[in-house]
Amino acid sequence: MSSPPTRPNDGREAHPFPHRHLTGISGLQPHEIAFLLDEAEQWVQLNRGTAKHDDRLAGLTLINAFFENSTRTLLSFEIAGKRLGADVVNMAVAQSSVKKGETLIDTAITLNAMRADMIVIRHEASGAVQLIADKVDCPVLNAGDGRHEHPTQALLDALTIRRRKGRIDGLIVAICGDVLHSRVARSNILSLTALGAEVRVVGPPTLLPPAIERMGVTRFTDFDAGLDGADVVMMLRLQRERMAGGFVPSPREYHALYGLTHERLKRAAPDALVMHPGPMNRGVEIASDVADDLERSAITEQVEMGVAVRMACLDVLTRARRGVMGW
Amino acid sequence: MVSALAITNGRVVTPGGLIDGGVLVRDGRIAAIGAIDLPADVETIDAKGKLIAPGLIDVGVFAIDRPAFVVGGITRAVLMPDKGQIETVALVQHAAASGKPKVWVHPLAAATRGLEGHELAEIGLMAREGACGVATGRGWIADSGVMYRLLAYAGALRLRTVSHAEDGGLAGQAVMTDGETATRLGLAAALAEAEALAVARDLLLVEATGAPIHFRQITTARSIALVRAAKSKGLPVSCGITPAHLFLADSAVTGFRTFARLSPPLRDESDRQACLAAVADGTIDLICSGHDPQGPEAKRLPFADAEAGMAGAETLLALCLGLVRDGLIGVERLFDLLSGAPARLFGLPGGAIEVGAEADLLVVDSEAPWRIQSDKMAASAGNTPFDGLPVQGRVARTIKGGMPIL
Repeated sequence: MSSPPTRPNDGREAHPFPHRHLTGISGLQPHEIAFLLDEAEQWVQLNRGTAKHDDRLAGLTLINAFFENSTRTLLSFEIAGKRLGADVVNMAVAQSSVKKGETLIDTAITLNAMRADMIVIRHEASGAVQLIADKVDCPVLNAGDGRHEHPTQALLDALTIRRRKGRIDGLIVAICGDVLHSRVARSNILSLTALGAEVRVVGPPTLLPPAIERMGVTRFTDFDAGLDGADVVMMLRLQRERMAGGFVPSPREYHALYGLTHERLKRAAPDALVMHPGPMNRGVEIASDVADDLERSAITEQVEMGVAVRMACLDVLTRARRGVMGW
Repeated sequence: MVSALAITNGRVVTPGGLIDGGVLVRDGRIAAIGAIDLPADVETIDAKGKLIAPGLIDVGVFAIDRPAFVVGGITRAVLMPDKGQIETVALVQHAAASGKPKVWVHPLAAATRGLEGHELAEIGLMAREGACGVATGRGWIADSGVMYRLLAYAGALRLRTVSHAEDGGLAGQAVMTDGETATRLGLAAALAEAEALAVARDLLLVEATGAPIHFRQITTARSIALVRAAKSKGLPVSCGITPAHLFLADSAVTGFRTFARLSPPLRDESDRQACLAAVADGTIDLICSGHDPQGPEAKRLPFADAEAGMAGAETLLALCLGLVRDGLIGVERLFDLLSGAPARLFGLPGGAIEVGAEADLLVVDSEAPWRIQSDKMAASAGNTPFDGLPVQGRVARTIKGGMPIL
């Protein structure tokens, strides 16, 4: 995925993260994923303290270029950048010249000319982030491109699971719902299978890609069968416009067949963890009492881990630029 | 034009096989083949042992791109109708005249008004102005009633209908074939069955009307099986394919390579193998370039936003010579796929080296090594999925109607 390292390396050991960009989980080795998770732990601690500040990115400019609407992810990246001392600039599509017909490549060249030290990109088209990454000098971090990848979401999910379960290897993880349109599902499948989990995808056949098993997962169209014995139940958001008959007949039918309730959750392992990338459609893919059950639900913890993981990514990807020894 | 031209010392590709010797051209037509007596006033081209082959006839190009056609040895191009381009009587007349004298363009009439797929276009008038057939354009005619009437009407005018076989409902907004690559890249994908579904319907209508049909590109095992069965029933059906679908599978899209965004999309490896087998056994009638140059403004975009299509004219022969080198087909069959069959199916002059035929000739150095480079192509844009590929074989000379143009 990324170009090989150009930074000095004494050659005695493998570089912990030899990638210039983070465009996806695809292309990362399991130990590289684990390295990012390990790096994130220190930021979890910092974020839980009162003085949540570190100035290692002081003087560096972070541009959050969001071509698709987002509140949570944008906020998470903004907080992550600010806690590390970077100058954070948010570029929202509504204010940008993309609306005036400027091509993505021209936008990339413009951002590059402004000497950003790090660009975080979200775009509605699969592959758009890679297109920009190929044209700029600074590290690029994918904050979600179309249905393709959302690597920091997969990292924060892995960190949440690892902290709650103590491991990922050997766990049964059921990813449930609209896998077809989900970049979260793709990145999670790649990272969780790389880290040794047994991954299932569960959902109506209209929302599961026919070739999904080629990604090393098992496919279930029966929700109860898919949940059976699962250690982690990861629910996906179902877009409103897809509930109106195009992919599923109605929200209430979806909830009846594929909505996660306490009754349903009994099929999973007794201590199964419930996750959701948000924002949730309460009463559609997940019942409110499950989402709010602090014993089972890790949903707010996922948000917390998101900031820590993004701090780790910003730190690691800018190390070469900051002249950190060995990078 | 010189009154007589002789290409000597070559290996002449004729429908009956390879003949050592040369070709004598007089007044734009082939006068003698093989061991020829050189008249006094003749201009000679020494082929130096290379192949002397008929000029290629490329069925279903989307652009009149003379530099690319000349370099690629294409002496006649059958032009697809396209929205806003060639879809009316006047435009057909203009297109038919546009390539002369170097490359002759034979337009296909738009099947329906504005290529919208609803009302019949002025097919008969377009045929009078030089249209050699009828085509549905880049899309499928979804309405079976319209397709039935089109076939019946065009068939009565003795025009072959060129169909783009892709079921619109299954294809939807898809940008590639469903499979592992599409799933990993998160690109909207359609089942490969979209093609066979369209082929099956069109073949039933061909059976009902008796009208001839040509599938511009057949790219899946299932649709090949349908065409094979239809041919064995004696139905007037023919089909083509591009080198891209013979040499690349959908995995070529990996990395969001927009140059590999084609229509129909690239298929999986088993379909590709079925296509090769269909070329070998004769189910596929012709190989075309699918020439559709798209500049960077149409290709340097996120994959789904990029236009489909590739610049194929100047790589057509080199890639197809690989089929001969691999032992899949002989050289006579290759030039039937590239010249003979297109001429027969669309009633065009040329297509074979025979006494009395128009002298559209190539001197082909079938061994010359070169590398396909998208930034060094003669085409109006260099969007080829074969960028960087080393190939063997190129056109040394192109002669159109007895006149050397390359």
